[in-house]
Amino acid sequence: MLITINGQGTEVALDPRTSLLDLLREHLELHGTKKGCDQGACGACTVLADGERILSCMALAVQYEGRSISTVEGLAHGGALHPLQQAFIDHDGFQCGYCTPGQLCSAIGMAAEIARGVPSAVTADLAAGTISPSRDELRERMSGNLCRCGAHNGIIDAITEIYTAEAAE
Amino acid sequence: MTPFSYARAGDAATATRLGMGAGAKYLGGGTNLVDLMRETIEQPDSLVDVTGLSRTIEERDDGGLMIGAAVRNTAVAEHRAVRERYPVLARAILSGASGQIRNMATVGGNILQRTRCPYFYDDAARCNKRTPGAGCDAIDGFNRTHAILGASPACVATHPSDMCVALAALGAVVHLGNATGARTLPLVDLHRLPAGRPEVETLLEPGELITAVELPPLPCAVRSTYRKVRDRASYAFALVSVAAVLDRSADGMVRDVRLALGGVAHKPWRAFAAEAVLRGRPADEAVFRAAAEAELADAAPLRDNGFKVELARRTMVAVLNDLAGEAA
Repeated sequence: MLITINGQGTEVALDPRTSLLDLLREHLELHGTKKGCDQGACGACTVLADGERILSCMALAVQYEGRSISTVEGLAHGGALHPLQQAFIDHDGFQCGYCTPGQLCSAIGMAAEIARGVPSAVTADLAAGTISPSRDELRERMSGNLCRCGAHNGIIDAITEIYTAEAAE
Repeated sequence: MTPFSYARAGDAATATRLGMGAGAKYLGGGTNLVDLMRETIEQPDSLVDVTGLSRTIEERDDGGLMIGAAVRNTAVAEHRAVRERYPVLARAILSGASGQIRNMATVGGNILQRTRCPYFYDDAARCNKRTPGAGCDAIDGFNRTHAILGASPACVATHPSDMCVALAALGAVVHLGNATGARTLPLVDLHRLPAGRPEVETLLEPGELITAVELPPLPCAVRSTYRKVRDRASYAFALVSVAAVLDRSADGMVRDVRLALGGVAHKPWRAFAAEAVLRGRPADEAVFRAAAEAELADAAPLRDNGFKVELARRTMVAVLNDLAGEAA
């Protein structure tokens, strides 16, 4: 089957049991995406499928034939970090770094959800067309990504710097 | 994971033909089934991927909505008509899982997800759902998350969905199809109570596929909400949840009301007894309390989950108070 990974069309032959996460890590040697719990509880394996954040551990790779997958390896361009990656460094948004690729991909997918007006469990007015990315909103929307080092405050600071500035423009 | 074959169905006829095969299972987003397969609790011979089918939300002339079974949870919660006319449904979906999982999970898969009872997942434990007749280790085990209503000596597991609690309150109708025909069932009748056969969780016939969920028109649902009580602020299953629609007349009486509970039973629990107490009575706290008492009269808590009875009572009263205040 053909699948696009970080902009590159890739032909793979797979046992249907292979998860998208194992395709990335074990078949394509893309070790940036991490396997934490392998059961949808931690978010470490978060990648973007056509721009939408998903858990690659719960995804059978065969279901993503023809789709375009972006991983942490695809964020930097020409040696320059993605602005969110730099913000994670600036705000101490990680310690051991294991959850970081998932946090980054999740935050990028989340920002797109906010931009198109997807509400969250803490959005007061569901009918409002625009979402104000408050700290409460960001924390709720990032709750599917656990950090066992406890860098959540730095993570939210980093996301706030990049995406609330963007929203204010 | 046990080997299986995989086929992507291009249309409903193909899906239901393949779905009739022995050992076949329909696959939505995979956020529950893939996990169960990895644990070898589910061991299908073939998976029929139905995520390409019925992905639209159709607005009906009568004000209702027809939601295709393959619509992703996020897409339901962000749909303008859902947010404006059925806020309880948007709130329930947004209270469930995480952003990533809501992007993957389908409506049909959410309805058919299985319990998260830890004894169901633990193959060293006895579970009548996993191995019929084996016994239940939850009944005398660590059971603070388990059922207080409608359970049986064979099973005390709960249904984990938030979305279904809102669908139960809204009177949703589930559209089903298989190779021989189509039919509809009220959502509240789709799931079974465990009785002596907890392994049979729904009234689905072999090979039957959920094709859509219909929300009947319910103008008063514009005043509706969902409250979920859980062990942490986000990304956890409900200990107790309440979906409610309240229609209060100008003179402060309950004209119509819909109530359903999550986290308390083997199925999304429509609170018919509470609704009967409320209809035509003053929309005040005393009546809300009486209604909650009526619904919980038959509650049968286990060793560790007695707190759920009081929690359900308080949450029902709080949600009704909120909606009554909003209507004022």
